Amino acid sequence: MIEVQSLSRYYGTHRAVDDVSFSVKEHAVVGLLGLNGAGKTTTLKVLAGLLAPSTGTVRIDGVDLADAPVGFRKQIGFLPETPPLYDEMTVREFVRYVAQLRGLSGAEADARFPDVVQKAHLQGFEDRVISELSHGYRKRVGIAQVIIHKPRVVILDEPISGLDPKQIVEMREVVKGLAVDSTVFVSSHILSEIQHTCSRVLVLHDGKLVADGAPAALAHRASGASLLLGLTGDPAAATAALAAHPSVTGHTVTAGDDGRLEATVELSTDDREALVAALVAAGLGLRRLEDTQDELEEIFMGLTKRGDA
Amino acid sequence: MLIAGRELGSFLNTTWGWAILAGVLLIDGLLFNAFALTDDPRFSADVLEDFFFYSSGTTMIAGVLLTMRLLAEEKQTGTIVLLDTAPVSEASVVLGKFLGAFGFLALITALTIYMPLLIQVNGKVGWAQIGAGYLGLMGLGASAVAIGTFGSAVAKNQLLSAAIGGFVLVTMLLGWLLGRVAEAPIGDVLSYLALFDKHFQPFMRGRINTESLVLYGSVVFAFLLMATRVMQSRRQQ
Repeated sequence: MIEVQSLSRYYGTHRAVDDVSFSVKEHAVVGLLGLNGAGKTTTLKVLAGLLAPSTGTVRIDGVDLADAPVGFRKQIGFLPETPPLYDEMTVREFVRYVAQLRGLSGAEADARFPDVVQKAHLQGFEDRVISELSHGYRKRVGIAQVIIHKPRVVILDEPISGLDPKQIVEMREVVKGLAVDSTVFVSSHILSEIQHTCSRVLVLHDGKLVADGAPAALAHRASGASLLLGLTGDPAAATAALAAHPSVTGHTVTAGDDGRLEATVELSTDDREALVAALVAAGLGLRRLEDTQDELEEIFMGLTKRGDA
Repeated sequence: MLIAGRELGSFLNTTWGWAILAGVLLIDGLLFNAFALTDDPRFSADVLEDFFFYSSGTTMIAGVLLTMRLLAEEKQTGTIVLLDTAPVSEASVVLGKFLGAFGFLALITALTIYMPLLIQVNGKVGWAQIGAGYLGLMGLGASAVAIGTFGSAVAKNQLLSAAIGGFVLVTMLLGWLLGRVAEAPIGDVLSYLALFDKHFQPFMRGRINTESLVLYGSVVFAFLLMATRVMQSRRQQ
C-alpha cells in the first residue's frame, strides 16, 4: 500500500535520510526505531507530505505524494511528538474544527466524535478546555484529532514520550486499536515499546535503514552481548575458562578484596547459558550476571557492526 | 472560510483580541477628545478629517498587531501542522487567516462610528464624507493586515513577525519622502506606492479615489500571494 523508493532528504547539506526504501501492507503497525537524530521524524514527515523528498519517491496506493492533489492529504493523519492543539478550545470544539478542516461536515464530525473519544480513551473529557489537560490527555486529544477523518495512514511521532507507565500501557492499546481501520506508523527510541505494539520494525541509524523485520527477528539479528559477571573462585581459572570459550571476544577479570571476582565479557553470539555452564564446570561460583548494555544499544552495536563489515 | 471563522473566534476568545480592541478604541477616543474636539470653533468636516487621520494610525498599528499571531504563533506552537496536513491549499490558508484578522479589524473600526456620530450631534457632516473615510480606513487596514500576514508567514516567531510587518508598512508609508527627492520615474513609483500620503488623504476629505482603491487591492493581493509562496516553500526547506 505504501511504497518508499530510495528516499533521501537533505537539510541544506546535512543528509537526514539516506537512500531508504521499504514497502508496507495495509493494516500493519510499523515501528521506526532509532536513536535521536537517526532520521525517524524526517522520514515520518515525508510520509505525511509535510516535507518533499530531496530524491526518491513515496507512493500511497500507487499515487506519488509529490504529484498528489491537495485533497489526497485526507488519507493521512500525522501526529507530531508535541500534539498540535489550540489551547483555548474544548476537546469537542477542537476535534470538530479539525474534522471540518479535513473536509467532514459538522454533522459527520459530531456523529464520529463518540467513537473517536472511545478509541482515544477520552471519556469524560469531551467538554474540557484543552489548556486544562495534563500531558497524557493532550496526547490523547492528539490521537483523537488524527483519526477523526478516518485516515488510511496514521503516523504517530513518539506517541509515548513523556507519558507515565500507566499511560504508556493505555497508549499501546490505543495504537493497536488504530490498525483496525488504518495502516499505522509509530516512531520510538525505546525498543520494548516497538516490540509491544508493532508487527514490523524499521531500524534507522544515521539516516540509513539498517534493519527491517519482525521485532523478534530483529532481536535475533543483534546476536552479541556484553556481560558483567560476579564470580567466586580462582582468578586464573576464571581467566582460563573465559579465554577457552569460543564466543568470547574480549574479557577482563579483577579480584576484589573480599575474594570475589568481577569479570566483563564480550560475546559475539549471546550463548550466556553455555558460558555459565563452562564457568561452573571450571569450579567457579556465579553470584551475579548483568547486561552492561541495554537491548537497544546491543541491537545498534550489532547492526552497525554488520553495516561496517 | 472555516479558518477565517476560527481565527475570528480566537480573537474573541483571547485576551489578545480584546486588548487590541480596547486599546484601539481607547487611543482613538483620547486622540479624538484631545485634538479633534477643541474649544476653538471649527468646521465639522475638519473635525471629521482629523478623526480619520488619527484612526488611520491606530488602524494600521492594530492591523500589524492582529496579524503577528496568525501564522507565526502556529509555527511556534506547532499547530501549523494541522493546516499543513489538511486538504486545503496554502492559498486558502493564507486567505482564511487574512480574512479572519481583517474581519476583526473591521469590527473594531465599525465600533469607532460613535465618534463621527458625536460630531453629527453638534455639527453637520455629510454621510458621504463618513462613508468615504471608512472606505479608506478599510482599504488601508486591509493593506496593513495583508502586509502583516506576509510578515507572519516569513517569521519564525511573533515578535519577528510584528517587526517585519511593521518595517514593510512604515517603509511603504514613508515612500513619499523618498519619492520627493528621487528622480522620475523612480520617484513617481515610490510616491504612488506611498500608502498614506497620496492615497489616504483624499478619503479623509470625503473623496473616493478609484486609483487608490486599486492600489490597496493590489497591495493586498501582492502580499497575500507572497505569503502563499512562502508557505508553499516550507515543504522544500
